[in-house]
Amino acid sequence: MASEHPDAADADSAALALKILVAGGFGVGKTTLVGAVSEIRPLRTEELLSEAGQSVDDTDGVEQKTTTTVAMDFGRITIRSGLSLYLFGTPGQDRFWFLWDELAQGALGAVVLADTRRLEDCFPAVDYFEHRRIPFVVAVNCFPGARRHGAPDVARALDLDQGTPVVLCDARDRDSGKEVLIRLVEYAGRMHTARLLDSVG
Amino acid sequence: MTEDMTGAPHELGSQWYDNEAGPLVRPYAMTGGRTRPGPTGVRFDLIALVTLDPGAPGVDDAPLGPEHRNLIGLCRTETQSVAELAAGADLPVGVVRVLIGDLLELGFVTVSRPVPPARLPDERILREVIEGLRAL
Repeated sequence: MASEHPDAADADSAALALKILVAGGFGVGKTTLVGAVSEIRPLRTEELLSEAGQSVDDTDGVEQKTTTTVAMDFGRITIRSGLSLYLFGTPGQDRFWFLWDELAQGALGAVVLADTRRLEDCFPAVDYFEHRRIPFVVAVNCFPGARRHGAPDVARALDLDQGTPVVLCDARDRDSGKEVLIRLVEYAGRMHTARLLDSVG
Repeated sequence: MTEDMTGAPHELGSQWYDNEAGPLVRPYAMTGGRTRPGPTGVRFDLIALVTLDPGAPGVDDAPLGPEHRNLIGLCRTETQSVAELAAGADLPVGVVRVLIGDLLELGFVTVSRPVPPARLPDERILREVIEGLRAL
């Protein structure tokens, strides 16, 4: 009855939106990266959480439903009319993992931003995407003053699956951010093609 | 209780305590307490695109609240994703989903479901994306 109008949906199938996630530890530069490549200043959406089961906060003995707000920053790149790329910075705190499932659904791929001074902060994100077989690249944000490590060192330290690209970048720099995204889309394309061939063969 | 909510909750929440606090209204008051979109039951993705239906009924005498009208106004400029609408209307995503569900049911908008990358028509799109990024 009130379903999506099939005709309009068909006409609209020309309009395509793709989603890329930007993950990584707190303060690693996710929003900076989104802002550097986005054509709009990063926007912020808020998700309200009120489900009782998700109150990870210590509310022992507090018999009330709490509402938490999680903010997500996002940006957009219009490739052409009818084809846009949306970038979502994932909420940094681990306790909002369940939100990632929604974000990750249908995502083209992910950028895991890493800071070599605290590489362990991005372990959860790496695990998450590896388990769900979501194509991702690790982008090492080269903070001024941080010791430079080669991409292979980082790949080894993170125990990445063979082939997962590691890119050195400056999250503030538009060209650098673009390069990260290009590497990701190329890699995602290769992964999808490989899986397609797998499923056929 | 939903019956007597139509139209009323917006006025109730319109007093501002101060700029810092914002409007004192519980977010889901704008949806008459509903936290899920109507009978269609679809949970719109953040990048689902919302387009004004060219055959939409007149807005003037439709049973719409100010937030609904605001969303229609935002879509009028260009097709918008659910996330953009939430940011543009300064409302939580959950609330916007419910409101868009209303607009869909009333025939004001169409909502496109994002195509999962696994079912992308062909590689051409990704190549286009890469070239588009290079040209930025």
